[in-house]
Parts: sequence; structure tokens; C-alpha cells
Amino acid sequence: MKKWSSFVLIGMFAACLILAGCGGNQPVAPKAAEAPKTVELTISAAVSLKDALAEIQTNYQKKNPQVKLLYNLGASGSLQKQIEQGAPADIFISAAPKQMDELSAKNLINTATRKNLVENKLVLIVPLNSSAKLSKFEDLTNPAVQKISIGEPTVVPAGQYAQEVLRKLGIWDKINDKLVLAKDVRTVLTYVETGNVEAGIVYKTDAASSSKVKIAALAPEGTHAPIIYPAALLASSKQQEVAKDFLAYLSGPEGKPIFEKYGFVMGK
Amino acid sequence: MIWQPVLLSIKVALASLIFVFLFGVSFAYAMRKWDFPGKAAIEALFALPLVLPPVVTGFLLLILIGKQGPIGCFLSETFDLRIIFTPYAAVLAGTVVAFPLMYQSTKAAFLAIDSDLEDAARTLGAGEWRVFWTVTVPLAWHGVVSGLVLSFARALGEFGATIMVAGNIPGKTQTIPLAIYFAAESNDLSQAGFYVLVISLLTFSMIWGLNLWSRIKKEPNYQKGALR
Repeated sequence: MKKWSSFVLIGMFAACLILAGCGGNQPVAPKAAEAPKTVELTISAAVSLKDALAEIQTNYQKKNPQVKLLYNLGASGSLQKQIEQGAPADIFISAAPKQMDELSAKNLINTATRKNLVENKLVLIVPLNSSAKLSKFEDLTNPAVQKISIGEPTVVPAGQYAQEVLRKLGIWDKINDKLVLAKDVRTVLTYVETGNVEAGIVYKTDAASSSKVKIAALAPEGTHAPIIYPAALLASSKQQEVAKDFLAYLSGPEGKPIFEKYGFVMGK
Repeated sequence: MIWQPVLLSIKVALASLIFVFLFGVSFAYAMRKWDFPGKAAIEALFALPLVLPPVVTGFLLLILIGKQGPIGCFLSETFDLRIIFTPYAAVLAGTVVAFPLMYQSTKAAFLAIDSDLEDAARTLGAGEWRVFWTVTVPLAWHGVVSGLVLSFARALGEFGATIMVAGNIPGKTQTIPLAIYFAAESNDLSQAGFYVLVISLLTFSMIWGLNLWSRIKKEPNYQKGALR
């Protein structure tokens, strides 16, 4: 098997490294019966991927018990700073290209491995029991909609995309005084779930995570910049092969249905 | 309008102070006067807003006073009142988080009073109301005032619960802490710095004033030296 042999190779390589440090000792070939050592793979990922990654972790480790996946979940900006400060990680998955671009400019990622892992969509959500008839973003101007929540556009990326859509549709000025600007996208979800606002704009993945809201409309194609989650290996990773293998698994036939289940669209 | 959050914050904190004073003093008095089963549990409940992360307090308030919450439903159906996402919600948040400070401070002051003095007033024929205002409160005044100052400062700086229930509506419910948070997060450091300066000066001068005042009360001659 291909995977198996790559692990043996890594094991031998590691053994060589260790032995090389030991001066005059005779090189000893590793015993064939010895099982490959457990490899720990650290993945720094945007926290919005949490549920999908947790499910992938269970599946992946069943198939590859010798690889231990460790997730470091957080805001993409914070993860970027950790990596800049030398935090150990093998893979970085950011919620926007910006953080990846900045790491790339500092030569901290293995650019050849960079790919657009998944994409997210922006949706208009209403409480599950909502009686307001909303079927498109333009319906937000309807007087029955008194309060709308979005993320604060200067701070929350989802809010920035929402503002972009509302501007593009020409209704930003009309609904401006209905807006409640939340400090993160989860708060928007809470406001809609509890019925305190008639509508909110969140990522499709947030909408999929809640059973108390329903999607009223999908942001029309081209009304906002694509919401891309790039992934790449870090240049400092000492386990490039294992990490590459996991990255391929994520976007492969086994990762795809899980990401899609949680509302993501696979990256192009 | 750059002063708008400042004015709003002061108004909200002052309004919270009225409620905090009423509830803090009456509960502290009641808890000292009466003993009843479950008292310890209620006291612990009163301390909760002090230990819970304000965002959690805010979430609980949102559940209670929100559109579908029990209190929110009652208010909107009976009085046609919607307080969520209004400055009144900010007052409520400020009151809830500042209440434990007022309560603890007042209670400690009440407990320190020699109850013989109150009894003496009673033997001289004073009614409970009169005893309270002419003996208890003047003796506990220091604790009451420091409770008020701490509560005001706490309500002024309240962020987590406020943003949850009052939302963040610039010009309507955006208080100083909210303005600081969003200015800082969007890298507008001069605006954030301005508000930090304002809120720090406000709080600093109040607490400094309180310390000065209590010192003067204790040693009347201190006044001349301190002001120089």
C-alpha cells in the first residue's frame, strides 16, 4: 500500500536523522517487524470548521491509527499570529485568503500545497416559526421586518459580505435603521433563534448548525466576493508527507460529503 | 457624533444606579433584618452576576426579556413594551451586573452597625422608617456611597451583557465600551483611544473623589493637605 510505504520511508528517514547525530555508531537498519511510530499532525484551522473537522478526525483515525490529529481551532487572524510567532503546526486552514496571503508573503507556508479547500455561502435566515414572508434579500425592506441582524461590517467578515450584498442590491440605505450589528456571526444566529430579530444574514454553515432557524434566501451569485477557505502546509512542518496525505484526504471523496453535510461547498 | 456614546453611557449608568440603589439597599436591609429558609441560596444567587461571564448573563437576560421570553412576552402583551435592543435593555444589563457590588457593600455596612443604637432609637419611640433613615442609613452611609460609586463604574464599563441585550446600534444603543471594542477591532486606534481616555477619566475621578471624601470624613483636618 502506498500510505504504508510512505510511513516506513518516514520512519527510516527519522531513524537516519537520529543516528546521524550519534557520531561513530554503526548504522543499524530498523527491524522490519517494528510498527511505524505514531505521528502527530497539528492542524490550525478556522473555528467555523469545527464540526466538520471533528467528524473527519474520527473517520481518518479509524483508517490511519498511527496518525494522531490535533486541532488548534480559533479565529483565522489569531491563528495567523500564532504561526508567525513560531507556534508548531503542520497545516493551516484559514477562513479567508487574507491570512494565508500574509503568511505566504513571509514564506511561512509551503505555497505549492496551497489550495482552496472549501467555500461558504451567505444566506438570509429567519426564525423557524416566522410568519414573515421572506423569500429574497429585497424583502428586507418590507415593513413587517423591524430588526435585522448582521455582523458589524468593520470587524466581522460575515458582516462585511452581508453589507456587500445589501449594497449591491441597492437596499443598504433603506434598511440601515433596522440593523443590529453583532460582534460575531454566532450572535446573529442567537438573535434569530430567539426571535428577537425578524431576519439575519449568516454563513450557510451557521444556518445548517441550528435547528431553530430556516434559510429564506441564498445571496445571489456575484453579489459578494467568494468566501474561500484556503488550506496549505506550513513550511516549518517536519511531516510534509503525512500532512500532504491528510490534506488530500480532506478534499478527496471521503472529506467531501462531510464538508457538504455541514453546509460547505468544495473549493474549485 | 463622537460624544453620543459618552452621553448615552452616562445616562444608562445613572439610570442603572437608581435601580441598583433601590434594590441593593432594600435587599441588604431585608436580608439583615429577617431570617428565613433558603436565605443562603438567595444570597448566592445575588452574587451570580459577579462571577458569571457577562456574555452569559446577557444571554440569560436575552432569553428572559426577549420577544419569546417569559418577561418579554408579558411586557409586550400587557404594556406593548419592547425593551430588547433599546437603551432600556442597556439599563437592565447595567443594573443586573452592578447589583451585587451595591448589595455586598451595603450589606457589609449594615452588618457593621451596632444594633443597640437602633434599639435605643426604638425605645425612644421612633418608628421603623425613622430608625432606618435617621440611624441605620447615616451609620452605613460610607458603605452605601462606595457601593454606589463602584456600581456606577461597573455599569459604565459594562460590555458583555449590554451588547447581547441592547445590541449594537450606533447612535441608539452604542455605549462607550461597545464603541471602544468596535473601534479597536477595526483598528481605529485614535477613536478607541479617545473613548478609553474618557471612560478612564470618568471612573478615575469618581473613585479618587470617593477615597478623598472618605478620608476627609474620617479626619476632617486631612482636607487642607489633600487639596493642595
